[in-house]
Amino acid sequence: MKKSRFWFWLFVGPILLAFLTVVIVPMLRGVYFSFAEWNGISNDVNLVGMDNYLRAFQDEEFINSFKFTAKFAAVSVVAINLIGFGLALLVTQGLKGSNIQRSIFFMPNLIGGLILGFVWQFIFTKAFDAFGSAFDIPFFEGWLSTTGTGFWGLVILMSWQMSGYMMIIYIAAIQSIPESLNEAAKIDGANAWQRLLNITIPMVMPAFTIGLFLSLSNSFKLFDQNLALTRGGPYGSTEMLALNIYQTAFARNQFGYAQAKAVIFLIAVAAITLTQIYFTKQKEVEM
Amino acid sequence: MPHEKRKNLLLGILSWVLAVLFLSPFYIVATNSLKTQKGIFVGITSLPFGEYFSPSNYVEAFDKLDFIKSFFNSLIITGTSTVVIIVFASMAAWMLVRTRSKLSTGMYFMFAAAMLIPFQSVMLPLINLMGKIGFLNPGGLIFMYLGFGSSLAIIMYHGFIKGIPVALEEAALIDGCNKFQIYWYIVLPLLKPITVTVSILNVMWIWNDFLLPQLVINRPEWHTIPLKMFFFFGQFSKKWHLALAGLTISMIPIIIFYFFAQKHIVKGIAQGSIK
Repeated sequence: MKKSRFWFWLFVGPILLAFLTVVIVPMLRGVYFSFAEWNGISNDVNLVGMDNYLRAFQDEEFINSFKFTAKFAAVSVVAINLIGFGLALLVTQGLKGSNIQRSIFFMPNLIGGLILGFVWQFIFTKAFDAFGSAFDIPFFEGWLSTTGTGFWGLVILMSWQMSGYMMIIYIAAIQSIPESLNEAAKIDGANAWQRLLNITIPMVMPAFTIGLFLSLSNSFKLFDQNLALTRGGPYGSTEMLALNIYQTAFARNQFGYAQAKAVIFLIAVAAITLTQIYFTKQKEVEM
Repeated sequence: MPHEKRKNLLLGILSWVLAVLFLSPFYIVATNSLKTQKGIFVGITSLPFGEYFSPSNYVEAFDKLDFIKSFFNSLIITGTSTVVIIVFASMAAWMLVRTRSKLSTGMYFMFAAAMLIPFQSVMLPLINLMGKIGFLNPGGLIFMYLGFGSSLAIIMYHGFIKGIPVALEEAALIDGCNKFQIYWYIVLPLLKPITVTVSILNVMWIWNDFLLPQLVINRPEWHTIPLKMFFFFGQFSKKWHLALAGLTISMIPIIIFYFFAQKHIVKGIAQGSIK
C-alpha cells in the first residue's frame, strides 16, 4: 500500500505541482489581491475591501467594455457556427474538390491571432479603402476608424478564422449519421430541406454543444486579435474585457483594480459557458 | 437527372467562390509584400511586377525579425513544452485511471474544471509569483506551459486510457516489472494515437501563443516569432511593404507544417473537440 502511494505521487506529482503553481495558487492569490490596492510587484498590499469591485460596477469604461464583449460574442458565435455548419454541409455533398476546399477553409485557423489581426488591419484599412475609392463605394472606406466598423471588423476576422474549425467538428458529426436514416427518409418522400431539418440538425446537436462552447468562450476571451486589429480604438470603444484588464494593469498600473475586473471576468466566463452547456445539452437527442 | 446536375453545379461554383474568398487575404498580403511602398499606394490589386517589384522587402524583414533566431526560439520552446506535457500528462492520467480512490477522482475533476479558467484571471498574480521565484525566462515559460496545458492533455489521455484493458499491465506486473517499466514499455506505446492528437493541439497553441511569452520573456534574444512580430509591427506599421513581408515570413513555417501533417491536424481537431 505504501509502495503504491509512492508510485502514485511520483507519476502525478510533477504535473500537479506545475498546475497548482501556475493555475490554482495564482487564482486564489488573485482573489485576495482583488480586495487590495496593489502595485503588481511587492507583497505589501493595502486591503480596501470591496472598493475595487464597487468601482468596477460604476466604471463607465468597464461597463462599455463588458457590453461590447457580450455583443461581439453573441454576434460572432452565431456567424461562426452558421458559416461553419454551412461549409460542413457544402463539403460533404461528395462534390469534386471538396478535400481541397476543406483544407482551404481550415487554413486561417493555423495562424496565430496576433498575425491574423495585423493581416486584416491591412485588408480593412488599405485594401478596403482602395476598393472603395476605385468603385466609389463609401461603405468600404474608413474601416476600423469608427466603433461600428471596428466591431464588424472583429466579427469578420473571427468568423474567417474560426468557422473552418467549427466546420471540422460538424463534418465529423455529419459523417457519423447512419446512412440508413437518410435512405429511409428519401423513400418516404422527404426532400433535401426536410431531411436537413429533421435528420441532420437533430443528429448534429451534440456537436452544436461543442461548437457553441468553443466559439463562445473563445470570443469572450478574445485578446490577440483585439490587440492587433484595433488596439481598442477608436478611443477605447472596441476594447474587449481581456484587453481592458491588460491595459488597466500594464498601461495604468492599477493592479488591484485590474485583478478585481479579472475575477469578475472569471465568474462571467464560467457562468456563461456553463449555462450554455446546460441549455444545449437539453436539446440533444437521446439515442 | 438534370435537376440534380444543376444543383451540383451551383453548389460547386458556390464552394469555389467561398474558397477563393477565404484565400484572398493571404493573396493580397503575399502580392503586396513584394511591392515597394509606392507600389502598394498606387494599386493594391495589381500584381507585383515592373517598376514597383521589390523582393528586397524580404531580405530586410528577414533581417529585422532576426528570423532564424526567433524561429529556433519558437521551435525550442514549443518542442520542449510539448514533450514535457506529453510525458507528465500521460503518466498522471494513467495513474489517475488505474487508481480507484476519492483522491484520484477529485484530482481529475479539478484538472477538468480548470478548463473554464480564463488566462487573464490568473495572469497578474502568476507573473508576480513567477518573478519572485526567478521563473521569468524560457525555462519558466516551459514550466508554465506544463501547468496551463495539463487540463486538456490529462482529460484526453484519461478518456483514452479508460478504454485500454488492464490485463496486459497485470501480466507485466506478474513478470516483475515495476510501475515505471510498465508505463514506459507497455502503456506509452499504446497511447500513440492520442499522443499525436495531444501533440498537435499543443504545438498549434504554443507556437502561436503571444501573451504569455510577452509577459514572461523580457530578453530580446529569446523572443519567439509572434513576439518578434509584435515589436516589428510596432516599428514598421507605417511601412506596409516591410510589415507585409514580415507577416508572410512568420506565416510560412506553420503552413509548411500543415502541408505535411494535415491529416493528423484535422483528425486531432475533431477528436480534441469531443472532450
